[in-house]
Amino acid sequence: MILLIKRLLFIVVVVGIWQLVYSSGVFPDVAFPSPSQVVEALYTGFADGEFVHALLASFKHLIIGLTLAILIGTLLGVLLGKSKQANDIAGMYLVSLQSIPSIVWVPLAILIFGFNELSVIFVVILGGTFVMALNVRTAIHSVPPTFIRAARTMGAHGMNLFFKVEVPASLPYFVSGLRLAWAFSWRALMAGELLSNGPGLGYSLRYAMDYALMETVIGIIIIIGVIGSVVDQLVFSKIEKHVMKRWGLTK
Amino acid sequence: MFLQIEAVSKSFAGDSGTDYPVFSDLDLAISENQFVALLGPSGCGKSTLLSMVAGLESISKGRIALEGNAIEAPDTDRGMVFQEGAIFPWLSVKENVMFPLKGTMSKEQASQVADRHLKMVHLSRFKTNFPHELSGGMQQRVAIARALAMDPKVLLMDEPFGALDEQTRHILHEELMKIWEETKKTIVFVTHSIQEAIKLSDRVVVMGTRPGRIIADFDIDIPRPRQRSDERVIEIEERIMSLLEVEIQKVLEEELDYDTAY
Ligand SMILES: Nc1ncnc2c1ncn2[C@@H]1O[C@H](COP(=O)(O)OP(=O)(O)OP(=O)(O)O)[C@@H](O)[C@H]1O
Ligand SMILES: [Mg+2]
Repeated sequence: MILLIKRLLFIVVVVGIWQLVYSSGVFPDVAFPSPSQVVEALYTGFADGEFVHALLASFKHLIIGLTLAILIGTLLGVLLGKSKQANDIAGMYLVSLQSIPSIVWVPLAILIFGFNELSVIFVVILGGTFVMALNVRTAIHSVPPTFIRAARTMGAHGMNLFFKVEVPASLPYFVSGLRLAWAFSWRALMAGELLSNGPGLGYSLRYAMDYALMETVIGIIIIIGVIGSVVDQLVFSKIEKHVMKRWGLTK
Repeated sequence: MFLQIEAVSKSFAGDSGTDYPVFSDLDLAISENQFVALLGPSGCGKSTLLSMVAGLESISKGRIALEGNAIEAPDTDRGMVFQEGAIFPWLSVKENVMFPLKGTMSKEQASQVADRHLKMVHLSRFKTNFPHELSGGMQQRVAIARALAMDPKVLLMDEPFGALDEQTRHILHEELMKIWEETKKTIVFVTHSIQEAIKLSDRVVVMGTRPGRIIADFDIDIPRPRQRSDERVIEIEERIMSLLEVEIQKVLEEELDYDTAY
């Protein structure tokens, strides 16, 4: 409770400093809007439905892209985690693919699919797939051998052993993978939309930039940040904590 | 013989391509309903031998047979209890005990069998709890109930109480004795504790090391419950102790030689 008050106070102080800098007139108004102008831009954006429209489009891209990223990433991760040969051959390339920033894929996507939603979704998929695959691979490799040995003494083998023991045993890393895949896909989504022809939150951001609507630009940045942290805190962090506790990984 | 280990050898592949032998030509015959303790210095191959009986570890040479059938893979006729951490955290206590029963009997039957074994280890109250809510001793009781629930012919225990405190270990000894008297399972029990071995078992097999082999085999026909202060207990304890001291000295000397040579 006290922490919550401190956090609120902190935001109040930050906004206060912002207002002070604005009032001092050091920066020109076009480049540096006041807090109230940003609030107003946010209000009108939501009131006239523009942001709602953009958000719905963004979530559509995200849900399709992230779902596919999770599916493909899981399949790749299981393949690399289970087959030593596949991992020896392709494992290191996965790490290099993962290290490529998602915005790098945007030109490629546009050349393949054109300026449309498909290229945005494509970038989101690439953004989430590799990090998911890496985590699933780690998840499989980190199943405690005692679990497998114990299960085998109880007659489990083959598919049964995989689904009844290896899959649940690797859930903690899988959940971390989901959390990271979401975070990376969210970033990729913004990169992709920024260079797309809309609709989407990233597109609205560039549109605002083109028309020098600084208060809208900042408003959208705030929306992006808030959604990022809220989803992480309310969804993924909660699931992760629950799983970690149940799996006895926290005390 | 019920469980027959015949001229069994085990070696692991070393890094330089040469095989690293753990033991060779080991013979051991265990009769039905016997409670056998396996004692020996660290690294002599106790866990390896137990894993081979379980079918988890391949047999390099020789043969292990249970009631005449050669052991090739793990199966439900041999249950195993590990030192720690082998019960599944994503399943409740009861679901853990039901794990080996799935597919061999109906759900209601499995549930009944699990209940019966949880009662045996005094965990009925904790059926619906999850492992992270249990103490180490309770977790080992779940592991014992789980292994017994599939009604194995042999129960293999690898230092099952090694990670527990003295008090808890004492309580579990009593429980295990009661269970063994009720079920008359054949038990092979690996331990580091001479006292534990003498307190619980019908027979103590002492292994030596470099190379791993059996150096002594004691029948303990002292009536249970056995007191630590019992003269007969103390006498066997001292004999085993002096045997093991020689072995441990050997290991130390070898390690010392190695250190001075390199
Ligand atoms: N998978 C393996 N690969 C290579 N060497 C192994 C493997 N498992 C065991 N060993 C070696 O075999 C020997 C016997 O190991 P084992 O674990 O059976 O000993 P132990 O008698 O159970 O020892 P402790 O009392 O410490 O548990 C050891 O020297 C060990 O290093
Ligand atoms: Mg051992």
